[in-house]
Amino acid sequence: MAIAVEGAYKRFDDFQALDDVSIDVPAGSLTALLGPSGSGKSTLLRAIAGLEELDRGRVVINEEDATAKPAQKREVGFVFQHYAAFKHMTVFGNVAFGLKIRKWSKPQISNRVHELLRLVQLDGLAERYPDQLSGGQRQRMALARALAVEPQVLLLDEPFGALDAKVRKDLRSWLRRLHDETGVTTIFVTHDQEEAMDVAEQLVVMNEGRVEQSGSADDLYDHPANEFVMSFVGEVNRLGEHFVRPHDIEVAIDRDDGSEEAMVKRIAALGFEIRVELLLGDGTEVWAQLTRGELQKLELLEGQIVYLKPGQTKSFSGDPSSDGRGASTPPGADGGGDAEVSAAA
Amino acid sequence: MTAKWGLRGLAFGYLGLLLLAPVGMIFYKTFEHGLGPPIEAMTSPDAVHAIWLTLLMVAVAVPLNTVFGVGCALLLVRHRWKGNALIDGIINLPFAVSPVVIGLSLFLLYGNDGWFGPTLSEWGIQVLFSTPGMILASVFVSLPFVVRETVPVLQEIGTEQEQAASTLGANGWQTFWRVTLPAIRWGVAYGVVLTTARVLGEFGAVTIVSGSISGETETLPLFVAKSFEQFNEEAAYAGAIVLALLALTTLLLMSIGGRRAKAGASGPIPIAGDTALSTPTTKEGS
Repeated sequence: MAIAVEGAYKRFDDFQALDDVSIDVPAGSLTALLGPSGSGKSTLLRAIAGLEELDRGRVVINEEDATAKPAQKREVGFVFQHYAAFKHMTVFGNVAFGLKIRKWSKPQISNRVHELLRLVQLDGLAERYPDQLSGGQRQRMALARALAVEPQVLLLDEPFGALDAKVRKDLRSWLRRLHDETGVTTIFVTHDQEEAMDVAEQLVVMNEGRVEQSGSADDLYDHPANEFVMSFVGEVNRLGEHFVRPHDIEVAIDRDDGSEEAMVKRIAALGFEIRVELLLGDGTEVWAQLTRGELQKLELLEGQIVYLKPGQTKSFSGDPSSDGRGASTPPGADGGGDAEVSAAA
Repeated sequence: MTAKWGLRGLAFGYLGLLLLAPVGMIFYKTFEHGLGPPIEAMTSPDAVHAIWLTLLMVAVAVPLNTVFGVGCALLLVRHRWKGNALIDGIINLPFAVSPVVIGLSLFLLYGNDGWFGPTLSEWGIQVLFSTPGMILASVFVSLPFVVRETVPVLQEIGTEQEQAASTLGANGWQTFWRVTLPAIRWGVAYGVVLTTARVLGEFGAVTIVSGSISGETETLPLFVAKSFEQFNEEAAYAGAIVLALLALTTLLLMSIGGRRAKAGASGPIPIAGDTALSTPTTKEGS
């Protein structure tokens, strides 16, 4: 079921959480709301669920205006960062909750709950209480609970935020598979760009209550609409008015046309990836991302003078910090906006 | 190590001297000459009436203050509003004011020269020197306990479980019975125990509004005091023991009920008229 939010505003006391936000989520898609904390992404998700009332704007679920509908009538599944498990109920009771409310018969509830527990790989833990489960298990229970009532949409608010890195990665790919299996329109909130790019087909980047850009991971990475998106979706160096990705900086031992002299300040080996920190003649610090092989070929040493050639650089017209407005392009559209792609001479 | 044992000794000594010794003394005095005298003292018509009246106070005041207390706590915690500070302060009034003063104020309000007294007696309702006045006094003095015990628990559980329930289709009432109440039950239970204890033992306010008429408006604490004044020490001690046993029973009932709920044997508190599980219905759609 498709979801649309149109011109949403929400203010908390002196904090503008949502400032004219519009998004469009196609039916059956898996969309990430990506942004730093305080960007309004969770507020937007909660507004879609009916847990937050908008000051202005509309929420449309499946072409029906849901703005005035209370949460209980919106038929959304919501998963909270801290699980919101019903602590006094067993895993079975938690997952069965929505079905009991809908007055299903006992055998039907039992069938459905066990079917879901198999789906989230918690079969056999039905009689446990939430405090006898690990964080990852609790979150899967919360997912099963949300899916039990066959929601039109599934909303996840930083679902893996409270879990450790390993469990997080597992759950990520698992969520991806789950979405492929169920096909439920899913929106999830995260501040982790890697997580968003890994899981979601479509990303909506938010900042200070506004949508900066939306599109596929490739769109955002290759055609960021502004400096914020460019630096939030991947790493970036600033060279005067230009921005360049660390892996687009070419490091050479010999001088070449258009290359710039720099000193190797520090070399950090992060496994396969090597981070080379460089100091330019004008005092600017940048870093280049090399592979282990490239580093070995160059035989770089700290303190050495090298020559840099930025590959693809981007510059954004106007003040980069203020051109986020009007970036709420519909998903799928080329998010290039006012970004200008050029190759350094 | 020694400091720790020293502190423990001090705590036990303090409690022993202040609490255990007097209570133990009453037990000793009551059963000094066997079970016969206290039983006899407690089966006199006045004593039986006093026990019955005390239980009546509990039966009316405790449910009233429990329902009010939980509702009020929900209002204070879940619905932020500027007037909440005022409500919060008013609720503490019974703690701040001496029970005798509470009795006196009720006397003024419902007496023949009071605001409500004349009108009510025109309608044939006698508040002072009868049960309604005593119930009013009991409700007044024991009002804050459930609120005070429930508010912090409500704050601690937060709103996420309730929000989760609402996204799963539960309305406000269903959310309260199935999610909120089970989550706060310990706080409420503790509040109920304290309320019961307070109502059982209430003396000051009830003395003034009841007139302490033996066999009519005399609760157990009043019975104990009067027996003591009349040098009927056996009845006084025996009455005190019955009071203590009643309070103990409340505590036991609460902890048994609580343990069963915690073990999950009884599941969520059963709700009258909730047929979600017992009525087989067909699953709509799908």
